[in-house]
Amino acid sequence: MDIINIIFYDTLKIFALITPVLITVALIVWLDRRVWGLVQLRRGPNVVGPFGLFQSLADALKFIFKEVIIPAGANKIIFILAPIVTMSLALLAWAVIPFSETLFVSNINVGILYLFAVSSLGVYGIIMAGWASNSKYPFLGALRSAAQMVSYEVSIGFIIVTVLLCVGSLNLVDIVLAQKNVWFAIPLFPMFVIFFISSLAETNRPPFDLPEAEAELVAGYQTEYSGMMYALFWLGEYANILLMCAMGSILFLGGWLSPINIAPFNLIPEPIWLIIKILFLFLIFALIKAIVPRYRYDQLMRLGWKVFLPVSLVWVILTSGFLLYFDLLPT
Amino acid sequence: MTKQTKTMNLNFGPQHPAAHGVLRLILELDGEVVERADPHIGLLHRGTEKLIETKTYTQAIPYFDRLDYVAPMNQEHAFALAVEKLLKIDVPRRAQYIRVIFCEIGRILSHLLNVTTQALDVGALTPSLWGFEEREKLMVFYERVSGSRLHANYFRPGGVHIDMPTGLAEDIDKFCDDFPKVINNLEDLLTDNRIFKQRNVDIGKVSLKEALDFGFSGVMLRGSGRPWDLRKSQPYDGYERFDFDIPVGKNGDCYDRYLCRIEEMKESLKIIKQAIREIPSGPVMTSNPRVGPPKRSEMKQSMESLINHFKLYTEGYHVPAGEIYVPVEAPKGEFGVYLISDGSNKPYRCKIRAPGFAHLQSMDYLIKGHMLADVPAVLGSMDIVFGEVDR
Repeated sequence: MDIINIIFYDTLKIFALITPVLITVALIVWLDRRVWGLVQLRRGPNVVGPFGLFQSLADALKFIFKEVIIPAGANKIIFILAPIVTMSLALLAWAVIPFSETLFVSNINVGILYLFAVSSLGVYGIIMAGWASNSKYPFLGALRSAAQMVSYEVSIGFIIVTVLLCVGSLNLVDIVLAQKNVWFAIPLFPMFVIFFISSLAETNRPPFDLPEAEAELVAGYQTEYSGMMYALFWLGEYANILLMCAMGSILFLGGWLSPINIAPFNLIPEPIWLIIKILFLFLIFALIKAIVPRYRYDQLMRLGWKVFLPVSLVWVILTSGFLLYFDLLPT
Repeated sequence: MTKQTKTMNLNFGPQHPAAHGVLRLILELDGEVVERADPHIGLLHRGTEKLIETKTYTQAIPYFDRLDYVAPMNQEHAFALAVEKLLKIDVPRRAQYIRVIFCEIGRILSHLLNVTTQALDVGALTPSLWGFEEREKLMVFYERVSGSRLHANYFRPGGVHIDMPTGLAEDIDKFCDDFPKVINNLEDLLTDNRIFKQRNVDIGKVSLKEALDFGFSGVMLRGSGRPWDLRKSQPYDGYERFDFDIPVGKNGDCYDRYLCRIEEMKESLKIIKQAIREIPSGPVMTSNPRVGPPKRSEMKQSMESLINHFKLYTEGYHVPAGEIYVPVEAPKGEFGVYLISDGSNKPYRCKIRAPGFAHLQSMDYLIKGHMLADVPAVLGSMDIVFGEVDR
């Protein structure tokens, strides 16, 4: 009976997390399109539901009823597996995101490594999609995406190392609690900027949306996908964006902590603060999408390897030197 | 030891979103580097030149709207000028001014579309939406003067179809006052944008010599440094009366061509403003009864006018035998009409020289050694419209 209880309890917990995440994904898709529309002097989706809020649900409904077309030359199993992998990996990572000191699905003491590992695996979904489609545009898109994600993951790794040096723990709750006095965004501001740009690249958002650059690759790795399988990629992508925003808020913006620990601010529940921070980061994501052109493949690689990598490496050394010299290393 | 590499063939189009119409570009790729580009054209071929041979001179005009459908009246202009030269008739001053105004509006229409789609091709989506907002206003001007937003059929040999409606000149003038702000907004997004520059500077470079060898004209030639503009070098329809400059590029790359187009839009505004300020009153169609239709009021009174009107719109007018080539400075370059008349009411032959055709032939030269992502950028900066390339 005990085991059944645990399974039941955990499933409930997972549902309690996944459902809000999926609803938020639907809402940020709406927000993204809305912001985009406003910048472009359009209205954006505003018909379905109040302010068009249910647009994503309507889209999902449409996708469900569309036929899933599998190209004749495609590798069927991998072709079907690819969107599933993308989507489930994007949701998997949410398990360790703490919404307050006690509110999380699991609090593992190497939480940040888990997060890093799962988000790195995301590239497999794209490579599988590109390979299994057996078509040239998706293939090129997949190749680009593999190169891109690998190169930006390296600098993200160093950025995380910097944060960890200041915290002294791999636990996400500890990372947030270490920011009680000052958010890491302030002392580590350059790292925060690089992290933000790298997460744009990590999630294939403009100006780094090369894998799906419609001007040259039609729709990149998604070209051959249709119906719900396409929608899964789409959801996975936005869930990933949300995840990167959450990671950014936890590593640099103090997670669930309120900006000032005085009356009106600290009365707001802690998870709400995290959500506000995530939405704030996402808003910047959306605005950037609206105004920037796209990098070229080689320029993107140059930025990753020749600019971000050295800068983050130097910053790791500076931070550790500083901490060691002033004897500030956390114990 | 030799390195064995296999290139990959990629079919870029004809249904590719960035192919600017129905271009089928066969690319030979070595990784992402383009080894060879082979443009296949003809997917939008409608036999315009042959069709014109079976139509009277008046009926031929709408075909010119459908060549470069981004700036329709500029094409009509070339045909109207060619027929006028063969007929040896003069155009009233007012008609010339109206033509100049609408040719420059066409230039803005075309450049606005091109600059913003060039941005679109390198991944910036917002400028095109901003640009289309303004294009819509310009198309309303087209509609108010001709009744149709796109395929105007407004210029006629001997003048223009009807006079501008009252208030249109003032509205165009007001547009010219507001439009620089839009150009500034676009420039804010693009001109100094690092990514936009990285994507365009030194891409699709063409030296002046090569540009001349390929038969480039318009911005493609001016971007490489030659201030060649038919409006200055052999003015037609009174362009010599207007004060404007020819923007010239330096390096002949995509970025210079973009800058040239932005500047040309500003120059066009200058011309329109001058034209609206100085436009004389008077008739807008030649008084020659062989070509210009009689007035409505005359037709109610005079039998001969009615007959003349009927003949003009059924049989058309006869053009003296001869041949002529008339180029105009269309937004995309030198647009020429080579017209042979055998003295009948239909052209014997009408050869159309479209600038886009000459530009597209350089695709292989321009793109060789660049990356796949540069293909749309180069294509965008060439300003290809398939209506005129395929005819």
